[in-house]
Formats: sequence, C-alpha cells, structure tokens
Amino acid sequence: MELTRRHFLKLSATGAFLSGLGFDLRPAMAEVKGLKISRTTETQSTCPYCSVSCGVIIHTMGDRAANVTPTVVHVEGNPDHPINQGTLCPKGASLKQYVVNDRRLTKPLYRSPGSTHWHEVDWDFALTEIARHIKDTRDKTFQSRDEEGRIVNRTMGMAGIGGCTDTGEMNFLLVKTMRALGVVYLDQQSRL
Amino acid sequence: MALELKAISATNYPTLGIKETERVCKLIDVSVCIGCKACEVACQEWNDTPVEETYPYTGSYQTMPELAYNFWNLIKFREVELGGSFGWTMAKYQCMHCADPGCLRACPAPGAIVQYTNGIVDFVQENCIGCQFCVTGCPFDVPRLSPKSQKVYKCTLCSDRVAAGLEPACIKACPTGCLQFGTKKQMLEKAMKRVRQLKAQGFSQAAIYDPPGVLGTHAIYVLPHGDRPEDYGLPRDPSVPWIVSLWKGPLKTVGNVVLLGGILTAALHYLKFGPMRAEEKTRG
Amino acid sequence: MTNGWVDIRNSDVILAMGGNPAENHPCGFKWVIDAKKNRGAKLVCVDPRFNRTAAVSDCYVQIRAGSDLAFLGGLINYTLSKGLYHEEYVRLFTNGPFLIKEGFSFKDGLFSGFNHNTHTYDKSTWQYEQDEKGYVRQGPTMQDPRCVLQLLKKHFERYTPELVSQITGASVKDFLRVAEIVCSTGTPDKAGTIMYALGWNHHTFSVQILRAAAILQLLLGNIGRPGGGLNALRGHSNIQGGTDHGVSYEKLPGYLKIPSVQHQNLKDYLKANTPRTLIPTSMNYWGNYPKFFVSFMKCMFGRYANKENDFCYDYLPKIERDYSWVNMFDDMYQGKLEGMLCFGINPVANGPHSNKMLAALSKLKWLVVAECFETETAQFWKAPGIDPTTINTEVFLLPAANFAEKDGSFTNSARWVQWKWKALDPPGEAKADQEILASIFLKVRKLYEQVPGTFPEPILHLHWPYNNPTNPLLEEVAKEINGQALEDLKDENGKIILRKGHQLSSYDQLKDDGSTACGNWIYCGCFTEEGNMMARRGLKDPTGLGMYPEWTWSWPANRRIMYNRASCDAQGRPWDPTRAGICWNGERWVGDIPDYKHDCPPEAGLGAFIWLPEGAGKIFASDLAEGPFPEHYEPIESPVKNILHPGVSTNPLAKTFKSDMDKYGTPDEYPIVCTTYRLTEHFHFWTKHITVNSELQPEFFVEIPEGLAEELGIKNQQEIRVSSIRGSVQGKAHVTKRIKPMEVNGKKVWQIGIPIHWGFAGRVKGPLANFLTPTALDPNCSIPEYKGFLVKVEKV
Repeated sequence: MELTRRHFLKLSATGAFLSGLGFDLRPAMAEVKGLKISRTTETQSTCPYCSVSCGVIIHTMGDRAANVTPTVVHVEGNPDHPINQGTLCPKGASLKQYVVNDRRLTKPLYRSPGSTHWHEVDWDFALTEIARHIKDTRDKTFQSRDEEGRIVNRTMGMAGIGGCTDTGEMNFLLVKTMRALGVVYLDQQSRL
Repeated sequence: MALELKAISATNYPTLGIKETERVCKLIDVSVCIGCKACEVACQEWNDTPVEETYPYTGSYQTMPELAYNFWNLIKFREVELGGSFGWTMAKYQCMHCADPGCLRACPAPGAIVQYTNGIVDFVQENCIGCQFCVTGCPFDVPRLSPKSQKVYKCTLCSDRVAAGLEPACIKACPTGCLQFGTKKQMLEKAMKRVRQLKAQGFSQAAIYDPPGVLGTHAIYVLPHGDRPEDYGLPRDPSVPWIVSLWKGPLKTVGNVVLLGGILTAALHYLKFGPMRAEEKTRG
Repeated sequence: MTNGWVDIRNSDVILAMGGNPAENHPCGFKWVIDAKKNRGAKLVCVDPRFNRTAAVSDCYVQIRAGSDLAFLGGLINYTLSKGLYHEEYVRLFTNGPFLIKEGFSFKDGLFSGFNHNTHTYDKSTWQYEQDEKGYVRQGPTMQDPRCVLQLLKKHFERYTPELVSQITGASVKDFLRVAEIVCSTGTPDKAGTIMYALGWNHHTFSVQILRAAAILQLLLGNIGRPGGGLNALRGHSNIQGGTDHGVSYEKLPGYLKIPSVQHQNLKDYLKANTPRTLIPTSMNYWGNYPKFFVSFMKCMFGRYANKENDFCYDYLPKIERDYSWVNMFDDMYQGKLEGMLCFGINPVANGPHSNKMLAALSKLKWLVVAECFETETAQFWKAPGIDPTTINTEVFLLPAANFAEKDGSFTNSARWVQWKWKALDPPGEAKADQEILASIFLKVRKLYEQVPGTFPEPILHLHWPYNNPTNPLLEEVAKEINGQALEDLKDENGKIILRKGHQLSSYDQLKDDGSTACGNWIYCGCFTEEGNMMARRGLKDPTGLGMYPEWTWSWPANRRIMYNRASCDAQGRPWDPTRAGICWNGERWVGDIPDYKHDCPPEAGLGAFIWLPEGAGKIFASDLAEGPFPEHYEPIESPVKNILHPGVSTNPLAKTFKSDMDKYGTPDEYPIVCTTYRLTEHFHFWTKHITVNSELQPEFFVEIPEGLAEELGIKNQQEIRVSSIRGSVQGKAHVTKRIKPMEVNGKKVWQIGIPIHWGFAGRVKGPLANFLTPTALDPNCSIPEYKGFLVKVEKV
C-alpha cells in the first residue's frame, strides 16, 4: 500500500568515505518510516469473532470527504475498551484481511438445478425468485390444523437458520419475519 | 518522524547530541504466554509483511520452523520436562535489540544498520548490500535475507510506532500482558517483581534473561526456569562471535586496511555459508 | 455468564473445565492472568488434552472426554462430605432446606417415575412438598432426610475419589489435588468461578453437567458474588444476542415460549407459562409473563393485535415436538422440506455428521445463503464426491456485508449489549443482511397482496414501521426491541409516568392490556428517551470491581452480576466487604443494579433468586428431562459401560436417529475416544479464508498420544486416517506428549483430538471434523454430542 512506503534515511557510501577523510557528515537523527495510521479515519467497532466482543478501531483511508471511497488500512484493539484494553487475539489482529479480502462475494450468484457452476445474476432476479419460492412452498405446505383438529398455523416446508454472527437487531428481524411466515424449523448456532 | 542515532554500521559513530533519551525495552514474561500468536499476526499486519507462500504444517503448533525475512516474530513451542513435571513452553522469539549489536558490528555497508539512542537496532534496506555478515554477527540467529530483494530484514521494534509515541504492535496486541513495553529501567523492575513472585510460587530458578555477553538487550525475558533458557528456544550465554569482535575490536585501528578486511570478510562468509558457489550472486 | 469477563479478576480460584479460554477467548483470559498475578489466584484446568490453558495453569488434570459429570459429582461429594459448603448461604439462598415429596427415589440409574415404554419421566414425585396453600414446606435445619440437601448428600455419596478415578481416568491423587483447591472457596472471604464452554455442552447429558457445576457453586456460596459465578464463555460474537432474541424453534424473544398446540388460546397459553409463587414472599418475576408476551405481540402485529383477538395469538405457529437443528436436517433428509434460508451460518461445516447434512441439502428444492464468503453450504452441490448434475437444488448465494460494514449491536457472553458503528460500505453489490431479509419479506408480502395465498394475515399484518421499509435502520429496530408506550402510562394515583409514543425505560413499565409494545422485554431499557444506552462509552467504575455501569448496556436492567442479592448475608451486608457487589445502606441497595427490589429491605425475604417462583437457587430442579439431580451417564458411543449402573449406561432420554445414515459405533470396532475443538489461530470456519490465519495453522491435523502412535507405528507428520462409523478424515498426525493413556475402569483407553477449522471451501482446505460426529442429542436442549465419540486410527 502506497501509504506505508518506507522513508528511511539515505546514508551514502560516499558520505561514509568522506567521513573517513575527516569530514563529519554523519547525521545525528534518522528518519523512520511514516506512521501509516496518522491521518486515517477511526471507527469504533466490535470484533465479530468470539463472544468476548473486544472493542476494535477500524482505520479507513481518507477523511470521509465526498470523493473518497474508503478502504480499511488497519484494525487495532480499542485501548479504552474495559475488557480487551487494546489487546487482540490472532483472529482479531487480522480483521483487516477479513474485510479486505479477494474472496469476498460481491455479486448475487445463482445455481440452477443440475448445473455445475454459478451464474452471476442481478439482485432483482434473485429476490423475485426467492420470494416466489417462499410463497409457493408456504402455500403448499402450510398446515392450519393438525390431525387432531387443533389450530397450528404453520409452514412445514421451509426452514430458517442463522443470526449468531449478525447484529441483535438482524436477529430480531429474522424472528419477526420467520414467525410471521409460520416457520417452525427455526434455529441457530447456539444449538451447536 | 526521526529518532536520534547512536551507532551506524561501517562508520565512525556519530557524536552524541545533548539529549538524554530513555532506552526502551520489551519484556516477555514467558510464564503467562499462552502461545496465541497474536504478536505474530500483529507484527505482520502492522509491517505489511504477508507470507506469500503457505508454510506447511511443522508437526507442532509452531507456525514455522524459524524466523523468515517476512516473519519477524515467532513463538517457539516445546514439549519438555520442566522442574520434574511436564510442560509446554511457548516463547516469543524476535530481534533482541542488543546493546552491543553483533549485526551492526559485522556490517560492512555504511548505514545499513543503525542503532538509535533509545536502544532500537534497525536495518536500513536502502543501504543493505545483502552480504549477510549481520547474519553471522548475530548471536541470536535473527536476520534473514529476502531472496526477492536480496536485502536482510528483521524486527524493527516498530521504530515507526515508537517514534510516534506508540508501543510496538506485538506489545499492544498481547492478550495476557505477557508482553510489556516501557523503559529498560521500568521493565527490569517489573521483571524483578515477577521473578520474586514466581520464586515464591515454587519456581526456584526463575530468572531474568538479559544476556551480559551483548551488554544486555532491549527485549528481556522472565523465565520460570531461568537455568534452562534452551527450553524456551533461547541461547545460553550469547555473545558477539569472536571473529566479529576481532574485526571491530583490537583490529579497529587498522580497520581501514582493505586487504585484511577483505580476508576477514571472506573468512566470515566462509564460516557462515561455506565455499562460494559459482552461480551465487554477489552484490555491492 | 452470570458475571462478566473483567470480574474474573476478583476470583481466588478459577476452574477452567469444559472450555479452553486461553485458546478460544484469549482477550477474556487476560483477566485470569490478572487474578493470578494480582490476587495470587489459582487456575485449575481439567480437560482431555493438555491445552494452552493447561500450559499456564497451576494445576492440570487429564480426564476422558465425556466424563466431566462424574468429576463434578466427585467435587460435590468432596464438598459435602468434608463439610466445606457455605452453610448459611445454602440455607438462605438455595432450595437446600426444601422438602421433597415422599416417593422420590433414585435406583439403578433411574429416578422415580420412569416409563420404560416411552422413555420419559412422570415427574409427580420430583416435586416440593407443599402446604394447604400450595407453598413449599421447609426444614430450616436442613437435617430432615427428605430435604434437598440431605437427598443431595445421599445421591452423590457414591461419587468417591476412587469412583471418579475409575470413570474419568484421572488418578485419585490428581482428583484430590483439584478438589482441595476448587472446594476451598466455601467461606465468605473466598470466591471461586467456573469458566466452561462447549466441552460441557457437546454431550447427550450437557445440561446435567451444567447443573452439577451450578450445584457446586451454590454449595460453595459462589453464585451472585463478585469473583464467583458460573460463566459460559460462548463461541460467537452475538450468539448470546441470537439466543436472547429467540432464533430457536421453541422460543420467542426474551425466553418467552413459542405456543404449544396444547394451548389453543391466549388464556391457556398464559396460564401454562406463568409460574405460581411457591414462597409467600418470593418476587417470582416470571409471574409477569403476560405483560412480556402481550407487549411482544403488540410489537409484532401493532394495531391488529387487540384484546378481542387474543392479541393475534392465532398468528403464531404452534409446535408439538422438537424442530431443532438435527431434527430439521433429519426431516430434510426424509424429503419433508422444500426450502431453507441461511443467514450467516454454515450447516455443512457446523452440524454433526456432515455427510448427512450434504445428503439432506441435496433433497431441497431451493436454498438461500447470505454470506461474505462462499461457504461449504453454499457450494454443497460441488462437495468432494458429489456429482453436481445429480443435484436439483436451486441455490441463491447472496453477497452480504460484514461487521465493519454495518452498525448495530452484538451481545457478548457477559450480556453486554455493545453498539458499533459502520466504517465503510460493503464491497461491490453486497448488502447488509437486514436489507436482504427486508427485501425478501416485502416481496413475499407483495405477492400475498397480489395473488391469493394461504392464511396471509400474519404476513400482511406484521408491523413494519420502518422509514425505508426495504432497508430498516438498525436504530429503528433497536428502539422497537426496547419498546414504547402506546398510551399514556399512569401510576396508581393517575399521574402520567410516560407519555404515549415515548420509549420505555424499564420492563417494570410493561402492561398486559396492550398499552405497551416491546420486542424483547429483557432488552427493555437499552434504547430509552435518553437515547441509545448501548452506544455509551463511559468508563466510571464506582465499585472498583470492574463493572463499568456506563459502558454500553447490559441486560437485564444494566445489571452486571446476576443474582447479586446472594452476595450479601441476611441483613444485606456483603459476605466479603472487599468484594461488595451490592449492599443495603438502610434505605436502598447500592453498588451494582440490585437483583432485588431496589428499595426493599433485606428482611422482606423476596428471595435472592427473584426470577424463580421459589426465590431460591435450585439444587433440586424438576425442570430437567432426565432427573432433578445430575447423574453420570456414558456418551452414546463409549469405550466402557457405565460402572454406576451398567443396565442404564447412557442417558435414558438421549435422542438418537433412525435413518439409514444414522449409525452409532461400538468399542470393539472403534476403540478410541475422540474429541473435537477449536485452535486459537482460527475462528470456526471463517478464517480459512484469511491469509495470515491460514499460515498460522495451514493444515488439518490429528493430535494423537505418543504411546498410541508407537502402538500403530505412526510417526509425527505422517498421513493418517481417522474413521468413525459415519465417515472418515485424513490428515497429518501430530504426535504429542500432551495426551496420556488412561486407565478407565481397569481398561486402557486412548484418546485423540481433532481441530475443526478446515473444509472444502477456503484458502486452505482440509477435511471437516464433522464427517465423524454423531447425531445424538441432549434431551433438554437438543445439542449434539460432538465430544467423546468413538473412532479408529490407521496409517495411510
């Protein structure tokens, strides 16, 4: 990354030679490389891995000016956080690579029945198809009453799982929507 | 940002200024190291030195067999019998930032290795000629040549962070406080207190590792079994190799005699790397 | 966690068992080191492997995976038989003095009431003896043979050090070494804590292991106290939040229950779920269940939910059985499901018996996965050995934002609900999960508006009050979770205490008449009229104990230590004045937010466990499926028979499955005990996508003891195959001194360990540990038995 180019002192062999002849050209100070986070934008966040939930500071390039697309330059522990006090584990310390990673998914992908590969699709196609599937499955597998005639009002043909790595708010929305759809097969990582 | 210089390789030492700089120091309290490798990652992340190839599994929890030109901080893992019981030692290994740096003494390239008044020994790759005399001169086997750039690299003690008033990246990351940073005086005090504590807990041989053979280091250890530094991957009684001492010691007055210098450097090279092969590239 | 991460620094004794905090929670583990350095605390580690926690412990003992309950039973027996328990605490704060009905018994591995045909219990004898008003009878001296404490003594007197040694493989000497340290905290001036995680959870008797630990901590008087507690470390950043918000088949947010088919109307449902007070003075906070539930329904269905229609009670699905993970995939494998939505979860890697997971997914018609990376689940159709052309599942892989690319809260294991801020936009066309979910839901809703469908009301009437419906702001959702007044709320004198439309400040304000809405009652107070409490970053620490009451917000009510009333004696004086969680100052309780009515004097006898109808910590608990006291059962796959009762060797209520893929191995063919775990260098199945972590642990390996390696002629780094009856994995051997052979009931038993972090999707690849693991479940919480199953090992 350009920001981190080393700016070391330049001591030439000539300088050393001259100094051998009695000219004192030796520097008293040496320039070290510039601090790569000296002018970054800092955002307080929480490590997404384990449940200690360490405070982290995400350093992004740029000062949030209109024409800048920020990228993550560095992630470090938040020294004010009462639990981790600035420290991080080997996963937390590599969080930059979790965000800036060439394996990240950037487009919706679709795999048709029997296909051997993915197709890139647009969001509207994906969302429309998914919604259609949900309605079809729900309408087809919805159970209003069980064998004993008791009201059950549930969708038997679809499952919803997830949440533990996402925000509390997203978890709440997941419960809200899944239960409104009548889903009973609802579960998450804490079962495992 | 700049740091004041104390010594420069292959050059008469600069006249010291009037500033009194505190010497900085890393303290590695091995008794509370959990081998988590946060320091390894923090080092790579801060210094932007990703390891391009994936090193294969080493048959232990240790990330790789030894340090590399782009891997300056390695935790060594050992399964050992210690004090009559089984132990699994984990100890961080990196440049010790010696007060008497053998690398700097051995280096023939002016300005390729510098020592700041705060104790940090730093490599200046722009001036490095890739001769690897520093490798021979180092009693801790730390510097490593990059096959890509033909320059030698090692831990900088995050001189850029320290110059800006921050602690080194490894120190900041360390979850258990096994790594501490401050002045050498403060770290020695902390280390002594911890050694007393360990002794009271039954580690009768607990000791500080601050080897006098290199006039002390700016990375010191607390070892619960101080009588057995090898079990933590540390050399016993390290000192600057005799040939380097000879070159920069009694022969210093005739140090500019090119011929002798040439013979000695050839000897140094032979000692470390054996006979030179025809295809070996010499630079500088 | 009952307590918190920083609070561990207040402990004198820390037992790390069933968890490996040094490796899996390094930054939380710092507080263990802090306690060791600054208090001289002792760290005891009991684990099948000498792991990195063991490496810095003061005392390490190896046990057989799956024998933890026997070890804890031994500690309970040691505490009771040596009189080391905190007697006053037990009398004041636990159900130790309560009398149990006549007829309660335990014999040959079974409690009274077992039905051999249905493999269930009739719990009628597991009940407190009650007086004519329905209140519990007590024997305050705790000498009555039918009081809980005496029954407990009798139950655990079998767990002698010798028996513990026979079952666990630890020597008697080693067991006593642990017992001496751990059971030393039963005095007011000492506090001990327990740190556990999946090593205790991953068993067919997991809840009973936790019960045993809770009983031990209650006996030692460690619950509710700073430096004490029973601390679940938990595994993911927001797994606590996910649990709190009810992403579970049987739950609704705030640990409310999804209705059972038995309860066909609101009245029956509330009656069944609202506990009746068992002690005249107990607070029985769950007695407010109707307020929590009605407020939740107002949040769900807004103006559509009213008294006349039972607050839309019919809109909720009703259940009659277990629909949890392994059952879900079993039904999927039977072809009973058509589709699945996965948000940020990777079942193929996470679930037990990965081969069955793969087979189950291939029976789906459609699968939606929202993720940052391409996971094993998203690409299950191209898993090794699978011909994609034979798989007819339509798969949608939606690119999702990660933590840095959205705001919102994560709840950590200490119940701290911490708000975070967005640092940058997601890459390319990736979207935040809430936008993906809202967009899907609104498309479905639109379809139901346009095309007739089955029972559309819950979908059409779902309250969706967000400014931008397809992309709700997480702050809006957080406010909704906290709840608001739907009418002016008045006190008993008619004075308005909260205006209509204002945010609630506490769950005490909730009503059961529809005048309040609240998404999750335990989160009430997280986003009040004063603003977002979860975004606070105050660093004041008035108690000096590391509670930081102004740092974010903690449920419930910003309380940092649960059950903290138990940290004081009958008069409200702290057991240990140097570690005063709360204390009574003559007018009110000060310190932490009291787990008690804040102005109620200590003599009022509300009980230290105000949530429970008996107001007391449960040493005897009839809520459990397989017994009111914990009992050692062997894992479903075990190298030995249960020596306590060979006729009932395994948990009689454990659930196993019957499909052609569900097989269970026996020791003659699979003689070696295997356990699975994480390494500190990786996080679950995510960091194999990251370069640096892939370097730190680049390859799948199997840890095997030196002696076993010698027996099989295996050298370090040699390629080996590990097989269970369900599948096999291949990788390098890591021959180690850190696992020793064990003598279990006179039989030599070997144990090996397998880290979980690899898979067929990632920068580095390797086999999934879960190809080996069994589909066997705990009867209380349906968690699978990932630890302590049987394998065989061969050279390749």
